[in-house]
Amino acid sequence: MSLHTISVLVEDKPGVLTRVAGLFAARGYNIDSLAVGPTEARGMSRMTLVVNVETKSLEQVTKQLNKLINVIKILEHEPGDAVERELMLVKVRAEDEARARIMEICQVFRVRVLDVTHRTLTIEATGAPEKLEALIELLRDFGVVEVARTGRIALARGDRGIRDRVQRKTAAGGEDAADWSGGGV
Amino acid sequence: MKVTGAQALFRALEGEGVEVLFGIPGGAILPAYDPLLDSSVRHVLCRHEQGAGHAAEGYAWATGRVGVCMATSGPGGCNLVTALADAKMDSVPVVAITGQVPTPVVGNDAFQEADITGITMPVTKHNMLVTSPGEIATAVREAFHIASTGRPGPVLIDIPKDVLINETEWEWPEKVDLPGYRPTTKGNLKQIREAVRLILEAERPVLYVGGGVIKANAAKELFELATEGRLPVVTTLMARGAFPDAHELALGMPGMHGTYAAVTAMQRADLLVALAARFDDRVTGQLSTFAPNAKVVHADIDPAEIGKNRLADVPIVGDVKDIISKMLAELRRRQEESDGPPDRSAWLATLATWKERHPCTYEQSDDGPIKPQFAIERIWEHAQDAIVVSGVGQHQMWASQFWRFAEPRTWINSGGLGTMGFAVPAALGAAAGRPDRRVIAIDGDGCFQMTAQELATSTTERIPFITAIMNNAHLGMVRQWQELFYKERYSQVYLSHDVPDYVKLAEAFGAVGLRAEHPDEVDAVIEKALSVEDRSVVIDFRCDPGEMVFPMVPAGASNDDIILGPGGMRPIEDPAEAPIA
Repeated sequence: MSLHTISVLVEDKPGVLTRVAGLFAARGYNIDSLAVGPTEARGMSRMTLVVNVETKSLEQVTKQLNKLINVIKILEHEPGDAVERELMLVKVRAEDEARARIMEICQVFRVRVLDVTHRTLTIEATGAPEKLEALIELLRDFGVVEVARTGRIALARGDRGIRDRVQRKTAAGGEDAADWSGGGV
Repeated sequence: MKVTGAQALFRALEGEGVEVLFGIPGGAILPAYDPLLDSSVRHVLCRHEQGAGHAAEGYAWATGRVGVCMATSGPGGCNLVTALADAKMDSVPVVAITGQVPTPVVGNDAFQEADITGITMPVTKHNMLVTSPGEIATAVREAFHIASTGRPGPVLIDIPKDVLINETEWEWPEKVDLPGYRPTTKGNLKQIREAVRLILEAERPVLYVGGGVIKANAAKELFELATEGRLPVVTTLMARGAFPDAHELALGMPGMHGTYAAVTAMQRADLLVALAARFDDRVTGQLSTFAPNAKVVHADIDPAEIGKNRLADVPIVGDVKDIISKMLAELRRRQEESDGPPDRSAWLATLATWKERHPCTYEQSDDGPIKPQFAIERIWEHAQDAIVVSGVGQHQMWASQFWRFAEPRTWINSGGLGTMGFAVPAALGAAAGRPDRRVIAIDGDGCFQMTAQELATSTTERIPFITAIMNNAHLGMVRQWQELFYKERYSQVYLSHDVPDYVKLAEAFGAVGLRAEHPDEVDAVIEKALSVEDRSVVIDFRCDPGEMVFPMVPAGASNDDIILGPGGMRPIEDPAEAPIA
């Protein structure tokens, strides 16, 4: 089992999220994180999923995902081959001398304070998932009231967008392997 | 021109060339039943929505066209679920239309409301909820396109009642625009050349033919490939009829109840050429010991099937008709260069010996009781050009083993899902689609009782077919497993020979009821049944309850451990070792 980050370009239609999530649920795989939003193209949304599965199982799931009529393209990000970011909001206890120490941490991590009360600070942090984990680990000592995270989003490094890519290099494809990266069976 | 949503629905169905649909009206779908009166589409009024669904499947199997069924919201749609799941597993092109409660009350637990798109999501190829009458024509076009292209499958269109009632400007979309749906149809030539190279190198090749060959209408191409390449053929349960059983290269069905020749040929093969087959567990048995020495060429239109169960040495994605044609052309070219196919006379001789030594057999004593295999063989003798439909269980295996298929689309059954009760409604659909052919359902007594109500449909709609019940008074396949794997502890498998009285039941439905209790009576009863052309016939064959299906590879066992008859079966001492169904 290992963590995989997958970008899925889908038609912006009702029920698409359920279809995608359903394929994982039906096999008993948990989705670690999921982020959905509009894209540069009208009528298309992009989902970023982080799942903890074996590589062979993931291959079968991505093939099944490709068969969904509303799924346009799938890209599995190789580690290091993509920039990955996540946004996190943290409300942390910050009374007395703790406040100054937390502000210091915020400076080191280059994160912003969004809301201040007598007893708490609410912090906005963006970054790679590891950075957020490190931050939250430090804040835990002060008492974390609540956390909200967007889930990971990712773009592949390099010039090309997801729509320009051949999904999986294989000789099994048609005249042109790119034919079936469009999905659908 | 202004039309209601319901009118748009029927215009669209007519535009898709629909001739017949199977359905039952109800509250939410009511508006659609009014323009039906003015439509060229024939509606067959079924007695249960599951029946309507299987009838649509039977129609699709028999004709190769999209089968259509229609039901109301809530229970209507829910009753279609089994048929849709069946069509998904067996890749049958079906379009289902369901009524939905009016848009303003969707999600309100309104009367007869069910989230049918949610319920059917995992058992359809695609489904959609239509939210305005202007979308209906597009939805129908997309549904037929998706159902019938690529790997075929069921598509459901859910239409709220107000969407059927409200008006829209009629417009027929010229083409479908589905950016995420572009099935690969053309096989990659480089891969095909590689496949042919492996075929020519192989000493013990086997063509492993799946149901997709029939769906792709590629039986003719397959015949040429097999005969010109001198390549032996196994036809899976889904592919019976894709290659003529009488041919010397035909080895019959592989798998759990396959012929010794087919099962063992695959085990010993050095090359399997899988053509639109999916390495189902019922075929492979224990996967780790399946065809251990074989390289694999795997051609399928669905990339997700390739490498799913068995790694392919040469994967080829595409329409199997295109792939076989290209293989054939390449094979011809290569064989012309080398003056004919390689000499594989030793392999073919071995296979011929296996076929001769280990055919599917049974012993029919003159005194009875009737062996179901005997009844099936006799039906075949009398009606060789019939379309055969079966349910699920022992009778299905015997029908597949003992009917000698000669052409595609003459065998219809529930393979992947294993849906008991499939035969009667599927036979109704097949008979509706092929009025020129005799349709015979070979059914079990357990199966028959699940969907027998469609005999009423057969009578009132004048769509006759014959149902031959292999009445062994039991849920026979379960009984067989209890005998073999549960120390003959029979639990909840006895049904009774006499309840219901199948002859009286047939007559009550307006069909002709016949019975054969003794082997002597079998021929006469079949002749009598075939002489009836204007009504359905039910034949109650009183069969031997103890008869079991052989050969058999117990679930989870290796195909090397094929058991040819009851003598070869060892009882399993430890119940924990008993195979899982």
